[in-house]
Amino acid sequence: MNKNLKLYLKLFTSTFYLSAFTFGGGYVIVPLMKKKFVDNLKWIEENEMLDLIAISQSAPGPIAVNASILLGYRIAGFTGGLISVLGTVLPPLIILSVISLFYTAFRDNEVVNAALKGMQAGVTAVIVDVVISMASNVFKEKKILSVIIMIGSFMATYFLKINVIYIIFICGIIGVLTVYYRNKGKQEEKNP
Amino acid sequence: MIYLKLFWSFFQIGLFSIGGGYAALPLIQNQVVDLHKWLTMTEFTDLITISQMTPGPIAINSSTFVGTRIAGPIGALISTFGCILPSCIIVSFLAFLYYKYKNLKAIQGALEGLRPAVVALIASAGLSILITAFWGENNVIPNFKDINYISFLLFSASLIILRKFKPNPIYVMAGSGIIGMIVYLIK
Repeated sequence: MNKNLKLYLKLFTSTFYLSAFTFGGGYVIVPLMKKKFVDNLKWIEENEMLDLIAISQSAPGPIAVNASILLGYRIAGFTGGLISVLGTVLPPLIILSVISLFYTAFRDNEVVNAALKGMQAGVTAVIVDVVISMASNVFKEKKILSVIIMIGSFMATYFLKINVIYIIFICGIIGVLTVYYRNKGKQEEKNP
Repeated sequence: MIYLKLFWSFFQIGLFSIGGGYAALPLIQNQVVDLHKWLTMTEFTDLITISQMTPGPIAINSSTFVGTRIAGPIGALISTFGCILPSCIIVSFLAFLYYKYKNLKAIQGALEGLRPAVVALIASAGLSILITAFWGENNVIPNFKDINYISFLLFSASLIILRKFKPNPIYVMAGSGIIGMIVYLIK
């Protein structure tokens, strides 16, 4: 019981801390999660994290909330999911409750704006850093299909502005078909 | 019953905003500005600005902001609860399915196809953020003349530090915030 409580507390504080720093949109949670849960705590592997992000992206609701539910479930079941969603929601809930009382003063504050402009550069670097690491992993695996999927999806979402849901759906189907044909090939080798 | 209305509005926003982030904006505007007139269009624009300035998903920020202004702290709690309830139910179910069936060949194949796609999605979001950081939101065609050089220098320094020393990204974000604050205020 005591051990469980410790795990719950760790889960809550980690998700709370990450959520308090996800400035600049859903995907900022990816580098933060990678550092905390993959590199430091070693709760999940990088591939598993990419799976969780894919599921978060295809389900309704904010990516950060969905990803934290999945992570919590992985670590401590349904209770874990609830605890990490609480940790993720509390920082924006607290901050916005306070700010909504004097939001015009906050919005027009020069110091706040200057700090945020600086922070934007840092956030960009954090995302670019994680993209470099992840993309070079895809190249290192030397699977032509993965590289094609990565480049094709990038073109489709960035230049053609195709809805993310379609991209995820199509790439999932390509993945399933590949397994199917690989197996079929193997069976034919066995029974010519 | 205002609490019930808030709950139901944000429940729908949570349920139908697939794809995260800005996909939720038109839905929020429809519920909050057009249907219920809880915010004026100007207040809604302010809300987007503030969401960009504070951490957390825009849907949660909106539910807290609208809830507080319409019905105080309890309103904020109820709206936010409504907003995340669909995620909690649907994603918990997906989590259950994923950990039960992820070893099936077909699921593994699908996930193998998805992983490089997810990297591409993050890269695309990153490139959009990079262009906004360097050239602002005025849709300037990227060129070397108009680049915000403070932002460019902060970005380059942050990236070198991240690649070389692998620090906690939160420190890099906070550090560039502090340096940016000093530099922009002096300028």
